[in-house]
Amino acid sequence: MNLNFPPLAEPVARLMEEFHKLPGIGPKSAARLTYFLLRMPESQAKALAEAILAVKEKIILCSICQNLTDADPCSLCHGETRDPSIICVVEEPLDILALERTRGYKGHYHVLHGVISPMDGIGPDDLKIKELLARLQGGTVQEVILATNPNLEGEATAMYLQRLIAPLGIRVTRLARGLPVGGDLEYTDEVTLTRALEGRQEL
Amino acid sequence: MTRPRVYKTEAIVLKGMDLGEADKILTLYTPYLGKLSAVARGVRRPKSKLGGHLDLLTHSQLLLAQGKSLDVITQAQTLDSFLPLRQNLWLTGCALYAAELIDRFTAERVENPALYRLLLNALNWLIQTLDANLTLRYFELHLLELLGYRPQLQQCPLCQTQLKPTTNFFSPAHGGVLCPSCGTLEAEARPISLNTLKVMRYLQGNDYGIASKLRLDGGLAKELETTMGGYIRFHLEHEVKSVAFLNDLRRQEAKAHPFGPLSPGLRQ
Repeated sequence: MNLNFPPLAEPVARLMEEFHKLPGIGPKSAARLTYFLLRMPESQAKALAEAILAVKEKIILCSICQNLTDADPCSLCHGETRDPSIICVVEEPLDILALERTRGYKGHYHVLHGVISPMDGIGPDDLKIKELLARLQGGTVQEVILATNPNLEGEATAMYLQRLIAPLGIRVTRLARGLPVGGDLEYTDEVTLTRALEGRQEL
Repeated sequence: MTRPRVYKTEAIVLKGMDLGEADKILTLYTPYLGKLSAVARGVRRPKSKLGGHLDLLTHSQLLLAQGKSLDVITQAQTLDSFLPLRQNLWLTGCALYAAELIDRFTAERVENPALYRLLLNALNWLIQTLDANLTLRYFELHLLELLGYRPQLQQCPLCQTQLKPTTNFFSPAHGGVLCPSCGTLEAEARPISLNTLKVMRYLQGNDYGIASKLRLDGGLAKELETTMGGYIRFHLEHEVKSVAFLNDLRRQEAKAHPFGPLSPGLRQ
């Protein structure tokens, strides 16, 4: 896209082009954001710029759980209150946020940074699986919870991990799959319903 | 022909790509509209009405509305989710391989009902098969035939002589098996054993019900796979990406269970 037509000052055009690179930002949104920033107090604009730089400079992967962090090991791996005998395996760092919101899980995490996707050429070697297996060597871990997404690729990844971990004598569990709270039976697909029936519980 | 604003079709979901917050762009394969891309809104939310009906390799009945660039899926109902396939890693890999071949060999909106039928059958065959490798080879040969790439296995495409029961040469560029005298002159032609040639003829000439009764030993299965793989690569001018994953599973299986496979046709 050429935003740099004559009446636009060079710094303005540059900022617009940078915004345009972000997901979901088209030329109009880029222009709107740019002009919003132009009218913002300088201190706020500086704070935004510094925040962007800080995430790029300070954020690294935790050497234990592979989550994004600014301190290694991260606060979740370091915390004394958490149970090191359980590891919950997730696809992406954002999944940890979702699980933490439940306040019901007190174990450790492991982020795979993706999912097995053979058609895209993403195989087990492209995920943080070696790092997970290394963590299971010490003997402290007694359970691995596979919390990959309940779709074909997530299930394939879970099955793959199960095959690797089960021979180590560690308990491997999978998050239950079934009906969502507030959902509707009528619209539920057969796979979900089958799993919900299999996983039914005594009231 | 102008398409109606809202239309119904059955489809098999070949591929999905995340879009925005909770949407997906899906690649669908349909009997009468061929391959098409469509947006499925909100399918990544747990409470989506569509989500479970539009997972990869699901056979669904769909209602689509014409959109500005991409059509939008408004309703979906599963016809078959191939559950046994989803519960087995090896078969999932095989099915994804079949889906990738369809995706790569077809262009958007080119209908091929017979090819659609073949894919649907292949997913069902994989659930029941005793040898998924054989099922995939059958699928490959008939896919090539339906696309107009049927390999010539009876007579040499160069000198037109009937092939003799001996070691001949397979040439992707000439689209078939060359006789020894022509084959030795072609640098890219590879020797093909008589047994492999016979198996290919058998798979090409018979219905799946009969062809699936074949039992191949490891060496023969390997040669057949290599020959077919070479031919497919030649026409795609590309690697088939899911092959790497299938090979990975085979290596892992060989290490874990040296005395036999747990899944149909995993080992060769």
